[in-house]
Amino acid sequence: MRAFANHRFLTLAILAAVIAVLPLVFPSSYYFRVASLVWVSALAAIGLNILMGQAGQVSLGHAAFFGIGAYAVGIGPAHLGIPSWAALLLGAALSAVLAYLVGRPILRLKGHYLAIATLGLGVLVALVISTESGWTGGPDGMPVARLTLFGWRVSGSDTWYWVTGGLLLVGTWIALNLDETPTGRAFRALHDSEVAAQVVGVDIARFKLQAFVIAAVYASLAGSALAFMNGFITPDQAGFLHSVELVTIVVLGGLGSVVGSIVGAAVLVTLPQALTVFHEYEHLLLGLIIIVSMIFMRNGIVPSLSALFFQRARS
Amino acid sequence: MKSPSTLKFVLAASALGFSFAGAAQAQETIKIGSVLSATGPASFLGEPEDKTLRLYVDKINEAGGINGKKIELVVYDDGGDANKARTFATRLVEDDEVVAMVGGTTTGTTMAMIPVFQDAEVPFISLAGAIEVVDPVREYVFKTPHTDKMACEKIFEDLKKRNLTKIGMISGTDGFGASMRAQCIKVAPNYGMEIAIDESYGPRDSDMTAQLTKIKNTPGVQAVVNPGFGQGPAIVTRNYAQLGMTGTPLYQSHGVASKSFIELAGPAAEGVRLPAAALLVGDKLPENDPQKKVVTDYKQTYESATKQPVSTFGGHAYDGLFILVEAMKRANSTDPQKIRDEIEKTKGFVGTGGIVTMSPTDHLGLDLSAFRMLEIKNGDWNLAQSGS
Amino acid sequence: MAEFLQFLISGLTVGAVYALVALGFTLIYNASGVVNFAQGEFVMLGGMVTVFTFAAGVPLPLAALFAIVVSIVVGLLLHRLAIEPARGASAVTLIIITIGASILLRGVAQIVFDKQFHKLPAFTGDAPVDIMGAAVQPQSFWVLGGAGVVVLGLYVFLEHTVLGKAVLATAANRLAARLVGINTTTIMALAFGGSAAIGAVAGILVTPITLTSYDVGTLLALKGFAAAMLGGMGNPLGAVVGGLLLGLLEAFGAGYLSSTYKDAFAFLVILIVLFAAPQGLFGRRVVERV
Repeated sequence: MRAFANHRFLTLAILAAVIAVLPLVFPSSYYFRVASLVWVSALAAIGLNILMGQAGQVSLGHAAFFGIGAYAVGIGPAHLGIPSWAALLLGAALSAVLAYLVGRPILRLKGHYLAIATLGLGVLVALVISTESGWTGGPDGMPVARLTLFGWRVSGSDTWYWVTGGLLLVGTWIALNLDETPTGRAFRALHDSEVAAQVVGVDIARFKLQAFVIAAVYASLAGSALAFMNGFITPDQAGFLHSVELVTIVVLGGLGSVVGSIVGAAVLVTLPQALTVFHEYEHLLLGLIIIVSMIFMRNGIVPSLSALFFQRARS
Repeated sequence: MKSPSTLKFVLAASALGFSFAGAAQAQETIKIGSVLSATGPASFLGEPEDKTLRLYVDKINEAGGINGKKIELVVYDDGGDANKARTFATRLVEDDEVVAMVGGTTTGTTMAMIPVFQDAEVPFISLAGAIEVVDPVREYVFKTPHTDKMACEKIFEDLKKRNLTKIGMISGTDGFGASMRAQCIKVAPNYGMEIAIDESYGPRDSDMTAQLTKIKNTPGVQAVVNPGFGQGPAIVTRNYAQLGMTGTPLYQSHGVASKSFIELAGPAAEGVRLPAAALLVGDKLPENDPQKKVVTDYKQTYESATKQPVSTFGGHAYDGLFILVEAMKRANSTDPQKIRDEIEKTKGFVGTGGIVTMSPTDHLGLDLSAFRMLEIKNGDWNLAQSGS
Repeated sequence: MAEFLQFLISGLTVGAVYALVALGFTLIYNASGVVNFAQGEFVMLGGMVTVFTFAAGVPLPLAALFAIVVSIVVGLLLHRLAIEPARGASAVTLIIITIGASILLRGVAQIVFDKQFHKLPAFTGDAPVDIMGAAVQPQSFWVLGGAGVVVLGLYVFLEHTVLGKAVLATAANRLAARLVGINTTTIMALAFGGSAAIGAVAGILVTPITLTSYDVGTLLALKGFAAAMLGGMGNPLGAVVGGLLLGLLEAFGAGYLSSTYKDAFAFLVILIVLFAAPQGLFGRRVVERV
């Protein structure tokens, strides 16, 4: 167990160091913006990874919670007079409650049926957001008031870099800890075999639901952070394609690997930025890279590379 | 395991390309940026805009550039995603350090990018339709396309002339359709229009007969208005004819203003009316029309270079580029502040969309006269005889 | 009555396309356990290749045939180059590979073709047929009839040919199938090719009605997947029923309830069905072995 605790501490320390050192090599605040996007996507992906990697449940509608978080901080201050920070908490609470309520029946479903049910949930939420334009501004989106904390107006790419970086650190810390708690062990048992887990007395339904709620809260917080950062939000963020992107990040980085989610987010967020030089070949290359990496690193980038590394180290 | 190295190679190669692109800027160029939805659901708007900008920047450079300096055009594709657009906007301003931007295909992407350009004090000429881009007026934000509010007003004006006051609406739920629908509902009372039935369809729907049947069975509907863009309006028009509703006039919006609409809708398009820019009827304009030369030149240049029918969307990019170019010539400077001031002073600029005269309170500079009411006859656009 | 019939035929036509996409999903899923999110891209290829070959002057039937061949080749390549090398990877890894493939195919299509919308002429004219007050495009009959022929053909193939039975055996138990000497790799290739052909046929039949462009696939994949799940993943009959049902739900939802929320209505019904019957309408109950 001690080794695991150290491993956890090391991971956090490396992540903190990376976040602290990166700005030294950033030539412009555009890089702060891209890095902040990585941190935000990573946060959402880490949450989803708890559901997918540890509890073994696929969600194809996870952007719905991202959207709820984002629109909560848009609608709260604009229409309901709620302060931004309270709207953020309210969004997270709303996501948790929604996840809890729909999670109960949904999580009874297995495998691809769970995927389609979450997909349906995602479609419903996205549709409501883009239709109720009186509240949400419709498909063209709505502006989001800046976040003010104790009189400090949070704005600017570099400020948001530190705020989202800090959020990611906290999120990573919680996820790593979760890994080693009885809950985390239960999750892993679930991933390996539901029936077996049940037989040894794991309350499957409860743990699945817990994972779903935690994942929803992560996504909601990430959505709120992005909305504040952009000052503007559109229904795309709650849409099917964004859900697919989140799943891709998790799988590409490595199911069940917290670090993998961060690496996956880094790859999938920066890749389109790097590929713009290829103009119309951008999508072709993006698809190709996803296919090739999944074929050769089928367990995800981080697990596959670390397996390779340990193999080399041993021989 | 050769895969990680393959991936690394690709990543490294792209990163290299990345930095080369950054280093390749010569000293004596003017950098103009653009973020367009060249792919994604709005690609049929973004693609002609993209082609137009590249085509004319090359032309301007061949002719010696602006005040002796060549233009360097930096174009990014946001895929219609507002969050991506926002990132590329930051990249243009912070990394590429452009002096001005012509782009923003959709209202959603434009609205997401506005704060970046306002904060950086870099002029931004948007190609998006909705009125909220320039209302309220923002110091650094301009736009070239007619607003959706104007399109509603033009349609209602025409309906009023024909003594048709009870209408049905069927709108796309995409940004364009939803925004125009809202504007139409808002201005309808000003023209004494009664909206008897209000239907909608999803941006990718392939059959609208259900909605149209409902409109058909609503008593007293004298005309139908279809705010929408993309393939939706073409399917609406075809279903409209299929259901035998052509006795009731059908109005499309400026969102279908390219020849491909007529091709896609086929014979069903006969008799359909829509407000659009003079660009579509360039050859039918009287010789003394001030826009005649501009629109026929653009049409000829675009069609011979791309082998695709001209659309008003590409026209908006043309207008945006040349409003900017002329402002830079007048300013004789690459200072964004000075360029902004000169854009605002644009007066009597003859573009494909109309004659543009901007002011500190009007960052669009077009009025209703910029719209022509067109009617499709014999598979081609024609100027509608008003009141008939 | 006329109104009801109008909604019914509209729903069945759209539903027939969903059914064909769902059938494609099912075929590949049965043979390989892969949920192929690039299924919609076959529909796009069928439509777009036909449009461009036809525009180049090739007669429509030949252009359609060519499009089917191209799609089959793409399907086989997808299997050979992307799925086969990843054999043994987890289901979710394979899903991501097919998502990558769908991005790739769309990327290629926007370069090879263009980003505009295209149409094909209706096979037998545009003059609507009157059926008890409902106006129906003749092409709707082509779509329904074509879908019927495909379904029937697939049924005969699966139930009455040795090869078809091998596919069914592979679907039932891949290991056992291999033990009795079935080359499961060939069966999987066959499934990908067949599934691509079905998708292409759907694309060709429906393009005269719905138009096509390089990115029509995403939404069709989503709807087809939903239809397959509604019917019960892995059951060809379920896929057909699920597809038709989804189309009808949308049409009647738009006609009698709200056109804005018709997609919500359809998905709500799917959710309710899944809560009541977690394996879909015709799904098999799978017992997990430890």
